[in-house]
Amino acid sequence: MTEPVLDVRGLRICFGSHEAVKGLSFAIHARETLALVGESGSGKSATALSILRLIEREGGAITAGEMLFGGDGTVRDLRNLGDGELTKLRGCDISMVFQEPMTSLNPVMKIGDQVAEVFIRHQKLDRAAALKAAGGMLEQVRIPDPLRRLGQYPHELSGGLRQRVMIAMALACRPKLLICDEPTTALDVTTQAEILTLIKGLQAEIGMGVLFITHDMGVVAEIADRVVVLKDGEKVEEASADDLFRRPQAPYTRQLMAAAPRLGSGSETRAPGSGTVLEVDRLSTRFGARSGLFKRKREGVLAVKGVSLTVAQGETLGLVGESGCGKSTLARSILRLVEPESGSIRLNGKALTQTSRPALRESRREAQMVFQDPYASLNPRLPVHELITEPARIHGLVSRRDQKDLAAQLVEKVGLERDSIFRFPHQFSGGQRQRLCIARALSAGPKLIIADEAVSALDVSIARQVTDLMLELQRTDGLSFLFISHDIAVVERVSHRIAVMYNGEIVETGPTSQVLNHPVHAYTRQLLSAVPSLRH
Amino acid sequence: MLTYVLRTLLRMAITLFVIVTLVFFATRLSGNPVDFVLGDGITQEDRQLLIAYYGLDSSIGTQYWRYLVSVFSGEFGLSFLERRPVADIVMERAWPSLKLLLSAVSFTLLVSVPLGILAAIYRTSVIGSVVMVIAFLGYAVPAFIIGILLVLIFAYTLNWLPVVGDGSALHFIMPTLAISGTLVAAITRFTRNAMLDVLSQDYMRTARAKGLPEWLVILKHGLRNASITLLSVIGLQIAGLAAAGSVVVESIFAWPGIGDLLVRSAILRDYPVLQFGVLSVAVAVIVINAVIDISYAYADPRIRLAKG
Repeated sequence: MTEPVLDVRGLRICFGSHEAVKGLSFAIHARETLALVGESGSGKSATALSILRLIEREGGAITAGEMLFGGDGTVRDLRNLGDGELTKLRGCDISMVFQEPMTSLNPVMKIGDQVAEVFIRHQKLDRAAALKAAGGMLEQVRIPDPLRRLGQYPHELSGGLRQRVMIAMALACRPKLLICDEPTTALDVTTQAEILTLIKGLQAEIGMGVLFITHDMGVVAEIADRVVVLKDGEKVEEASADDLFRRPQAPYTRQLMAAAPRLGSGSETRAPGSGTVLEVDRLSTRFGARSGLFKRKREGVLAVKGVSLTVAQGETLGLVGESGCGKSTLARSILRLVEPESGSIRLNGKALTQTSRPALRESRREAQMVFQDPYASLNPRLPVHELITEPARIHGLVSRRDQKDLAAQLVEKVGLERDSIFRFPHQFSGGQRQRLCIARALSAGPKLIIADEAVSALDVSIARQVTDLMLELQRTDGLSFLFISHDIAVVERVSHRIAVMYNGEIVETGPTSQVLNHPVHAYTRQLLSAVPSLRH
Repeated sequence: MLTYVLRTLLRMAITLFVIVTLVFFATRLSGNPVDFVLGDGITQEDRQLLIAYYGLDSSIGTQYWRYLVSVFSGEFGLSFLERRPVADIVMERAWPSLKLLLSAVSFTLLVSVPLGILAAIYRTSVIGSVVMVIAFLGYAVPAFIIGILLVLIFAYTLNWLPVVGDGSALHFIMPTLAISGTLVAAITRFTRNAMLDVLSQDYMRTARAKGLPEWLVILKHGLRNASITLLSVIGLQIAGLAAAGSVVVESIFAWPGIGDLLVRSAILRDYPVLQFGVLSVAVAVIVINAVIDISYAYADPRIRLAKG
């Protein structure tokens, strides 16, 4: 075998006194994809940022080890390079694609200028030539209508397109090494499949080595040649992808694989329930329509188009569809957080549409919501005991004196310690915060919980624990769930029935096994085929 | 973008009309001007004659209408004291004030934006702390104290700089410094905070990963984003300065500006001058705001799209 593009030996990284990476070694060859797998906090991203020597910016330090970069005869240790050499290397020989396509592009610069910057910097092209090259690059990452995109700003592009722009920027100088840090985690499954195919295709074309960082074993199976499994900064297993999936050695690897949501891993049987909790009939919601004195009249966009669905007591209805299909708008319309245009909603037999404000408030008590981002949906200034009992307080279900007792009961119910009620949200991890969000929803004593992408921001194994908690609550309290997600594999695990949403409409509904095994609608089949599978 | 600009201009016109109206009613509240102008030694008949002459006997509606007509035809009347058109008097004074304002604002931006960026980059080291201490001091000391200290040191003791009037470039130094003191402090702090927000953003990491040198990352990617926050603050500060901020400093340095004029005509009850002076300042503030609004949209494409 030829000498590796990158040879990392005994890498150690510290954040203050905490050692995040403890003597990690691995090598990547040209045309090879090495996956670095582990949960958040395992040191994967720290490793990636160290290779580009950007870790110092994040408050970390490389304390030991070598990072030999070569492949063309000369071998340099990245640790010893000065600032000038590093800026020449970054974006040219080694480049990186980050996790968050939404925030990784400069919001006030045109796409064209951002891509052209790389050409101006590394190939010394003038602006016109660089823009032309940028257009060619956008075409190469298969962005439709590339010349028009050059003049657009990041907020005018979808997440998938933005990630393509990031890839275009990273590959502009045909690097020897591409580092991808969870590049598809923020994207929905169909987009994820497209991006993975794109990276594979460009790798064959350019011949670079790829270091692919992910927590998702399904993605690993799709893309990796070799795999390094990382736990708490240490390598627990290294093997070729084939071997790893056939004969995983380390118990931790097996645990990661078990946690990955997989299609066909079975679903819950219908809990004995009687009566319908939620009944939605031909609901439509329009966005952006306006008419006024100083504003132009606008038709707006029909985000939800005549949707009908029911949720029985003790049942979980999974709602799947890609981002932008109207799932969240539907959820908000059901609680009348946005006003629907037409249709009717009945919660526990009571009509929610055309209800007065006080009656609406009473009904909202019975349907609570858990949101996607556990970091943003908890007020950072409130201690947990006030935070999670707030809905109960608002609805007058608990006196100020009993608030702490209620809070203690709630945190125990969601599997946290009793004395955690005196802490603040920032002292909890993502998974724990989502438990707090669930506790908050429970405090009002709801019949229905609407979980809008509630586990999408979490690592697979943490997500597993949170969905298990939901199932447990359903068994003990007979709760109903409307479980919204873009990930059909997650939905499958928790849902009795599945509704597939596409372009504002529900295109297919049915019992989970029926929808998965005998999908009727073409879009459902597309969703299913996009899910990365562990079957290698 | 064009719609956005037009809408900003329309809003500006409405605000202006409201202010013109408010100025009219506010000045009427302070009583009959005839009493102030002529004093006690006047017969009842002469008084009535004068009231009729000034048109003060017609209904408030008619007076308001006449006022509007004259305002929009550019007739603002004569000063009670100088018997000259008020527009001439105020315009003579507006230019020196504007010059001082421009000089103070440019000085402020030249000093505070680089200082703020430095303070953000070196927030953990001595440089950052020193900048912030100076900025805090500047914020805590009022303009007239700075002004008087400057006069004491540079004019009275060292005899380097002239104190009175706006005759030469040297005359600008002390008033500019006195006005800028607070402004530099405020904008340094805001620049620092805006930059700190921006420095931790993901796109800054992307820019570094592209291989851009650090100064380019900060100035090209950082400052452009920070300037969105900065613009609104700077606009508010400048508008505040134009409205009233320089009155005290103009008095200290006997600057022949509009602040000085307003104070004098208020004390001497020269209502036409006062009325027109207030209107001009209001117009200045509104124009500054509109300019800031439009440049805000220029700096942030997301606003352009949302509002355009």
